[in-house]
Amino acid sequence: MSRKTLLPLLLLLAQTITAQIEQYIPERPSPQRLVNDFTGTLSADQKQALEQKLKQYDDTTSNQVAVVIIPTTGDYDISEVAIQLGRTWGVGNAKSNNGVVLLIAKDDRKLFIAPGYGLEGAIPDITARHIIEEQIKPNFRENDFYRGIDYGTDAIMQAAAGEYAVPPGYKDRGQGDDEGLIGVLVVFVLIFLFVIMGARQKARGGSFMSGRGYRNWNGPSTFFPPSSFGSSSGSSGGGFGGFGGGSFGGGGAGGSW
Amino acid sequence: MNTKNIVLLAIIGGILLLGGCGCSGYNNMVSQDQNVKSAWGKVQSDYQRRSDLIPNLVSTVKGSADFEKSTLEAVIGARAKATQTVIDPANLNPENIAKYQQAQGELSGALSRLLVTVEQYPNLKANQNFLDLQAQLEGTENRIKTARNDFNDAVKSYNTTIKTFPNVIIAGIFGFTEKGYFSADAGAEKAPTVNFSK
Repeated sequence: MSRKTLLPLLLLLAQTITAQIEQYIPERPSPQRLVNDFTGTLSADQKQALEQKLKQYDDTTSNQVAVVIIPTTGDYDISEVAIQLGRTWGVGNAKSNNGVVLLIAKDDRKLFIAPGYGLEGAIPDITARHIIEEQIKPNFRENDFYRGIDYGTDAIMQAAAGEYAVPPGYKDRGQGDDEGLIGVLVVFVLIFLFVIMGARQKARGGSFMSGRGYRNWNGPSTFFPPSSFGSSSGSSGGGFGGFGGGSFGGGGAGGSW
Repeated sequence: MNTKNIVLLAIIGGILLLGGCGCSGYNNMVSQDQNVKSAWGKVQSDYQRRSDLIPNLVSTVKGSADFEKSTLEAVIGARAKATQTVIDPANLNPENIAKYQQAQGELSGALSRLLVTVEQYPNLKANQNFLDLQAQLEGTENRIKTARNDFNDAVKSYNTTIKTFPNVIIAGIFGFTEKGYFSADAGAEKAPTVNFSK
């Protein structure tokens, strides 16, 4: 083998050896969901029921519980993958870090509950272990994944309930009302300033934006219909409002069934 | 305006420009330095957390079986040594980090040997109290791992900042020095693997 062919081969080998942890972390789904089954384990109805339950919980407590089912975590510890996934997806809110990742690696027969920084107090490692041992594992052993996840998330929700106050307007954040309002306000203020400047220039006989400001007065309502202003993450029909950028510090517990 | 004035203006402009660069460079270094320190605080508190779990673990293991004395003593000794190794956050140079890692690494090694030995004691493995402690210990090891990674990231960004031009000049003037990383461990520091299934 000549040197020319050897080098690329070596590079390729090096690449496969240093398989990155990222390859085991699925991309954040779009539109964002709380229940993410990448193995086809749950039926559509089951996914719907879980999603509805967790979305409702997010709306009322602002705690985000994400369920993720993947085939395997390869050579990586499931805890590492769960923490990385939580950070990459940003489960929980950035301010309170109140997300929980329930990661299930089905072919490895392993699972992990990772609470974000802000929920480590509400769901300490011991609690996470007990939820896994008592609620999830017995059902998983009987191949009843839905019931295991259902009971497990119930226990997580109960443990974390009431930990954080829900910010006002949280439920409708997907519709982006708050940001939209601020945006419209800024536009109005800017237009107001321009009009005043224009008027002053005009009074002095200048030509700076003369008269233009007036046309813009009817602008905002036609140019920027409030309904589509701000972050339009397309959550029509009251879907999940999206992850908020929470972070994870390595707490939680895992197990295998 | 004569040429003298123009030259003077250019010089003043140059000084202002450099000074502006220097100021923002300096401020950037200060904030990066703070990032490293806060990441270090997290590392320390996570190691402290582990240290705090050990007396409980030792007494549970002791009370539940005629456990090998040497294994327990190794853990206690390593813990004492690790708690003595304290580093001033103002001086996180590579030597100090290595020293700290060494001390904590010995404790990790002793702990994982203890957890391996436990496998031979079925009554311990069925003890709920012990299992809870084990879960806490594993959670703490995960936290340590995460905190160390975050610390290394912060140090990497800090070191990169102080070594690039023109920051390297300002770093020299104000005494920003290179900080140390946690290195990957050769076995000893690896988090003890705990198998919950059995």
